[in-house]
Amino acid sequence: MIEAGHFAAFLALVFCGLQAGFGLRGDRVRTGLFALLGFAAMGFAFFTLLWAFARTDFSVELVAAHSHTLKPFGYKIAGTWGNHEGSMALWCLVGLGFGAAGAWLMKSDRPTFEARALGVQGLLSLGALAYLLFASSPFTRLDPAPLQGQGLNPLLQDPALAIHPPMLYLGYVGYSFVFALAAAGLIEGRIDRQWAKTARSWALAAFVPLTLGIALGSYWAYYELGWGGWWFWDPVENASLMPWLIGAALMHSIIVTEKRGSFSAWTALLAVLAFCFSMLGAFLVRSGVLTSVHSFAVDPLRGSLLLIGLLVFGGAALLLFALRAPKLSGGPPWTATSREGALMGNNLVLTVATFTVLLGTLFPLIAEALGQTVSVGEPYFNLTFTPIMALALVALPVVQAWAWGRAELSSLWKWAAGFAGIVVLFWLAGIGPLNIPLLAGIGLALGVWLIFGAAQEIWRRAKTVSRLPKMPMRVWGMTLAHAGLGIFVVGAVLQTSGRMQTTLALQEGETQPVAGWQVRLENVSSIEGPNWYAERATLTATRGGARTELQPQKRYYPAARMPTTETAIHKTGMGDLYVALGDGRRNETGETRWTFEVFHNPLIDFIYLGVALIGIGAGLSMFGKRTRTKDQQA
Amino acid sequence: MRARTKRLWGVGAAAALLVSAVALAVVALRQHADLFYTPGLIAERGLPEAGKRVRVGGWVQEGSLIYGDAADMTFLIEDGSGQTVEVSYTGIAPDLFREGEGVVATGRFDPEGDFTADTILAKHDENYEPRELKKAQQATS
Repeated sequence: MIEAGHFAAFLALVFCGLQAGFGLRGDRVRTGLFALLGFAAMGFAFFTLLWAFARTDFSVELVAAHSHTLKPFGYKIAGTWGNHEGSMALWCLVGLGFGAAGAWLMKSDRPTFEARALGVQGLLSLGALAYLLFASSPFTRLDPAPLQGQGLNPLLQDPALAIHPPMLYLGYVGYSFVFALAAAGLIEGRIDRQWAKTARSWALAAFVPLTLGIALGSYWAYYELGWGGWWFWDPVENASLMPWLIGAALMHSIIVTEKRGSFSAWTALLAVLAFCFSMLGAFLVRSGVLTSVHSFAVDPLRGSLLLIGLLVFGGAALLLFALRAPKLSGGPPWTATSREGALMGNNLVLTVATFTVLLGTLFPLIAEALGQTVSVGEPYFNLTFTPIMALALVALPVVQAWAWGRAELSSLWKWAAGFAGIVVLFWLAGIGPLNIPLLAGIGLALGVWLIFGAAQEIWRRAKTVSRLPKMPMRVWGMTLAHAGLGIFVVGAVLQTSGRMQTTLALQEGETQPVAGWQVRLENVSSIEGPNWYAERATLTATRGGARTELQPQKRYYPAARMPTTETAIHKTGMGDLYVALGDGRRNETGETRWTFEVFHNPLIDFIYLGVALIGIGAGLSMFGKRTRTKDQQA
Repeated sequence: MRARTKRLWGVGAAAALLVSAVALAVVALRQHADLFYTPGLIAERGLPEAGKRVRVGGWVQEGSLIYGDAADMTFLIEDGSGQTVEVSYTGIAPDLFREGEGVVATGRFDPEGDFTADTILAKHDENYEPRELKKAQQATS
């Protein structure tokens, strides 16, 4: 079976080559055909891998190294992409999938352009498939087959992390198709309104799963690692944030190209860069050149192959860009205070913010070349990324009302007064009842400002309640995404400034106060799961009349010889009471104290709600018909 | 606005934002890039500045781990050079934190030369080791 899959993957490689060849010659029909055939072949190859994992066939080396008979069935399946080789196979599958979707969905009204885009996609998939087959083949047999597998890293045995990689890859690899569209547009010298209309849907199709994938990863880190935080500015996290930021910039600049024909060169550059950052991310994660708390399955040799891929594809596209960009035509004239100007500001901020993240992420490598070992953590990013982004967020509600070409600025003072009012309100509330520091007060004001701004903008467009439901999907999408951003900011600020962390050491029956709760350790017992055993503490937390039971565990997975932390989280509506179990310590008198890390995380769900709304908003804005009046255009 | 003026405006805004971003980044990196030390390196170069956030890496010396009455603990980090650094830490150690295993502790030295860690990093899975430790291992073996 796996041999058939191996053969099918080679077949997919051949189809990709044909797709690239016919595509670059401009033969739309044959290119589309081979794109579909390639996807079918890779789909079968991937299915054989899934089958091997589902049947726990240890004669396949990958299964033996990453699965175990006692593992729950769902995680056996998810184990297919829970390792380097399998995840690269998923990468190829998604790449070919986007090619096939493009061949199927594009309307054939510009056949040579579409053929070329599919051809470039074929080239990219060819590279990924060659890497899969010759540098990280998942189709290797093991002879003799072992009786038992080594098990999946137990940290990955988790529902959020089972779907996190497919989501993330839909995003990363989705940008490969945007890259292909940009390359084809540059080859033809036509990055125009029609191009932008096509490319925008694909850029959103990549952005939505990337957003949700990042959110899932963050949520997993929050409850599984037991550190109480949701974002650690770790290189692996930054690797996913950078394409997301460039993707967000692209999503905005492509609107200008679609509606006005302006920014065409810049939009093409962002379309190229989004996938370059995706490849850079893959390189950083797989090569292990940076110290990360999330490092899995690193391999320097494979890493350098990924780097070569990045340099070849990225370099070729940038060269093409340099040759063709000067010839691209612009749109009608505009002033600084126009929607064009506003979106240019948005793009400036997002790209500069991306480069501060890039610098912070790569700085340890630069320093190492100079002979020093350093690490760059949260304080750096709080000092650079946060204020730069804050700049854009302050401006957003004001400038999104600006018209194309040239805006009337007569009401600017109202906006300034409104913002000052909100800041003062939060500052007063801050020094008074809420008791929060000044910076946090400003941060909260900013979040509320964004939510207010989103509501105000849709109201400005609709003018009456009866017209609200008739607003185009694009406008609703934008409103939701911007409101989501505001909700995210509120959650993130409260998390950063209001989180309380306490370490407890309790004997059975002992009670201690934490963040307004009385926490009592009832008992600690041993329990067993399908492929793990655990110590489980039972705690009761009381506050006023409220009473809740928390059961954090410390699990041990014998197959992987690895312990993991299973946190217990109680949601109160205003925040999470979060408990992680440490080890038991016996003192000289023979009493055992159990250690706990207890966090009170105010409104942390706002972070995930906000990010989910950004994703949903971006998704909604893919749909809907073109608006009729100019005033309503998104 | 003429195309030329428009472009100048754009370039100007971009330049201003870039310059301030670079300035911010330089300041932030100066203050917040944590240097990495091994016990041997500290013996060689002297103690890092008190109060500055640094990382100390090596292996938890066998038999050196002592738990306090609460959630506090102390242990020695060794790196094969014969030197050690004593680390105090309050909190839950990572899942794979054990005597004899690799560890990277982030924290601060006080003026007396005692090191208090606020974060402890151990291995993430059985096969993974912090990168700095691999280098330290190669240097000592």
